[in-house]
This record gives sequence, C-alpha cells and structure tokens, in this order.
Amino acid sequence: MYSPEIVLEAVVNGLLTGAVYALVALGLTLVYGVLHIINFAHGALLTCAMFAVWGLATAFGIDPYLAIPPLVLVFFGMGYALQRFVIGPASHGDDNNMLLVTLGLSIAIENGLLAVFHSDTRGLEGDAAFQVVQLGPMLISRAKLIGFAGALLVAALLWLLLTTTDTGKAIRAVAREKLGARLVGIDVRHIYAVTFGLGCACLAVAACLLMPTYYVNPRVGNAFVLVAFTIVVLGGMGSVPGALLGGLFIGVVESMSGLFLGDSLGQLGIFVIFILVLLLRPTGMFGAKA
Amino acid sequence: MLEVRALRAGYGGVEVLRGLDMRVGSSEIVAVLGANGAGKTTLNKVLSGVLPASGGEIRFDGHRIDSATAQEIVAAGLIHVPEGRKIFPNLSVRENLELGSYRRGRPRRRANLERVFATFPRLRERIAQPAGTLSGGEQQMLAIGRGMMAEPRLLILDEPSLGLSPLLVEQMFTLIARLNADGLPVLLVEQNVVQSLDLAARAYILENGVYAIAGSADEIRDNPDLKRAYLGM
Repeated sequence: MYSPEIVLEAVVNGLLTGAVYALVALGLTLVYGVLHIINFAHGALLTCAMFAVWGLATAFGIDPYLAIPPLVLVFFGMGYALQRFVIGPASHGDDNNMLLVTLGLSIAIENGLLAVFHSDTRGLEGDAAFQVVQLGPMLISRAKLIGFAGALLVAALLWLLLTTTDTGKAIRAVAREKLGARLVGIDVRHIYAVTFGLGCACLAVAACLLMPTYYVNPRVGNAFVLVAFTIVVLGGMGSVPGALLGGLFIGVVESMSGLFLGDSLGQLGIFVIFILVLLLRPTGMFGAKA
Repeated sequence: MLEVRALRAGYGGVEVLRGLDMRVGSSEIVAVLGANGAGKTTLNKVLSGVLPASGGEIRFDGHRIDSATAQEIVAAGLIHVPEGRKIFPNLSVRENLELGSYRRGRPRRRANLERVFATFPRLRERIAQPAGTLSGGEQQMLAIGRGMMAEPRLLILDEPSLGLSPLLVEQMFTLIARLNADGLPVLLVEQNVVQSLDLAARAYILENGVYAIAGSADEIRDNPDLKRAYLGM
C-alpha cells in the first residue's frame, strides 16, 4: 500500500521523535526509580522549560541549542530546590505524600503559566522546522536529527553519571536500600533532591531540542508526559535503558499508526501498547519483579 | 570510646529503650544480648543516628552525638553494620564496597578495597556480580566489608550470625576476633549468647528496654538471671 521508502522514512522519523520522548521519560523514570513516586509536575515543568526556551529566543535571540547549558544548570538547581525545600518538607517524611504535593505543584505551575501567557500557542521564529537533510532516499528534518543525537547523548551521560560517580552510585543505592544508604553516610534527602534535579535537567534539554520544531502553550507538557508515562511503564518503572528503548519504540509506533491510521489517530497505537503492556507484562521490558 | 547515659528512645508514643547506661572502651569487644523485641536493634538505630533519642546522652570519643545526623556519625567513624545486611542488591560487589567509603575513608579507597579482599577472598571472586545474587554468608561478608571501607573507629555489628550456617557463624566470630585484635573496638549485638560471651570481654543483657544484667562475660555466663532474661522464666 505504501512504498518501502515512505515506510522507512516513517520509521526513521518515529525513532527521531522517540528519542526526545525517551528524554522526557528518562526524567520521569529516574524520579520514580529513586523516590518511588510518579512526579505529576513533570509535564508542567517541561512546559516551563519550553517557555524558557521560547522566552530566551524571543527576547534575547538566543539559539535554542545554545540555551541548553544554562537551562540545564537552572533547571537542575530549580529541581533540587523544589524537592529539598518544597516537596520534601511538605510531605512530612511520608513519601506517599510527595505524589500529592507534585500534583498540587503541577496545578499551580500550569495555572501560573496560564495567568501570565494566556492559552495562546507560540512557536519560534525562523525556518528551523523546514530545514532538511538528505539521507539516502529520505529527507529528514535537521532539527529532529539534532534532537535525536542530543537525546542519545544525554542518555549516555546520565548512564555514565549513574554508573561511574559516587553520587550516581548513591542514587542507585538509595533507590533500593534507604537504611543501608543512611548507614554508609549517604544523605538521602540530598540524593532525592539531586535525582529530582536531574529529572528537571532532562526536561530542560528536551525543551531545547523540541522547540525548534514544536510550539508551546501552558498545557503542552501534559501530552508529552502522557506518552512518557506509557514509555516508563513499557520500559519498566525506574529502568533507564527501558526508558530509552521504550521511547524509541513508542516513537516508531506513533509514526506507524499515524501513517496507516491517519495523523489524528497517531497516538492510538501508543495507548493500545500501553493497555497491552499492562495486561501482558505489567513489569515492563526491564522492570524489576515486585 | 562510646558512652551512653540514661538513653531513651522509641517509635511514636511507644518507648522501647527506657534509660540505658553503657560504655564501650577502646579496643574491647562488648556484647549486647537479649531476646527478640528487647530493644537491641532500636539501640543500634539510635547510636547510628537513624532514629532520634528522646532522652539521655550518647558520647563518642568525648563528643555528644545524640542529636547528630547519620552522616555526621559515619563521618566520625562510628560504623553500623545493620541486621539483615542492608546491602545494595542492585549494585555490584565492588560498588557496594566503594559506597562504604562514600562519607569516610575515600582517599584510601583503593588500599582499603585490597584490605577487604584480603580478608574476604570470596568477595574478590564475585566483584562484578550484583550483590543481591550473593549467598547469605557472602552478603554478610559484604556488609562487614562495606563497614570496613569506612575505616571504622568503632564497629557496631548487629546480628552478624543471623541466618548463617554453624560453620559460617564460627568463621564470622573468628573474623570479629581478628578485627578486634588489630585494635578495633566492636559492639556486638547478638542473640547467639554462648559464642558472643566467649568472644566479648563484657556484656549487657537487655530486657524490655532496660539492662537486666551487666558485667564481665564470665560473670554473666554463670548468672542464673541470664535464663530468666531470655526465656522469661
């Protein structure tokens, strides 16, 4: 029905989009793996990051890619402070309360953004969305290619951090054995905050990679987080490689179902997968058995 | 080295420790014995700063530590190898040991790692294996090895013989004696009365959050109250 070139191009496009999905999912799965909560504020924080990229580009003419280093620092710091001084203290020592605090936070952020920016949809000036690169028979969006490379790079850096540094090992230790961690002198509250900060830093990168071809409004983050949540469940809650592979897979699923079912039904495939995973393999591809 | 006065602690409204006094001198092994639920683990949690004391004072090396955080206590060199090992199951053996020197002993991490492997050659064989896949005895070795990585000035061992075969228990007690022979004071918290009393110089018997008996190991072994404290007779 479709020529192989078109299908191939859809697969590649799906992989490229999926990498950025994976980046959003990485932040979500990292926070889940360590704090054992779904961070409901993840979408709102992504929206914030996208507004920040838009603001820097519109007001100061700063290229979204150049905005990555400063925004990563700012969002890491913001995430650290949010967890350390707002979410942590507000949950009074009961981790289950953190979930509710993040939900409240997301409502506050979203409505704050609505109050300031109204519900208008905004995009960046320029023709970044139309620049393409020829790859064999395919024409691939340059911005998406950069997004793909950037997302994989961040995933690799995150993996290095988690496996080679003391802080990374402490993050993985706290994820599974909090008392043992405290007894070797790990400050669990600090590690929680670092983890939350890293999750937000992933969002900052994702926002910088998305904005050249995407738009922002005060609710835009939610769509991504719904997809990211599917990815986290598919990959296994808390699994970093699961989030990466799950992201790429979901990207392809979305692109394929968009091709075969029509653009407006592109996300249908994602949620069919979501339901199938929950039915058949609730621990996901890389999830630990409960 | 460690001095405890009138220590009180508990969970919520329930007081578990009701005024304890104890002392661990430098380079001695002191045993804290007692039946299940007597408060042994609670005592350890308070000593390592994981559970706050509700009264009394704890001095380590002359400094008050009863309101210090767990990481400050680790930094001071009071290292607690907990009951149930509490190793990091998802991390490799090497990573577990490395995290032992997260707060203390980091500059000499490499040398200490060699020292632990010299003590526990089995851990070297399993160096890249996830700690959760080790046998119970190996996990106990890893927990003690992780404690040694922090260059302890006093080591609290909580039930090191729990769940080990009789042969391994024997080895564990030999090891504790060896660590102590190098000058390391040990607070040994155990249910295994006979072997603990053989090893320790002094012992405290904990019963319902207070000490029923305290004295030298020899005195306690012959004390008729020992049975009562354990069996409630």
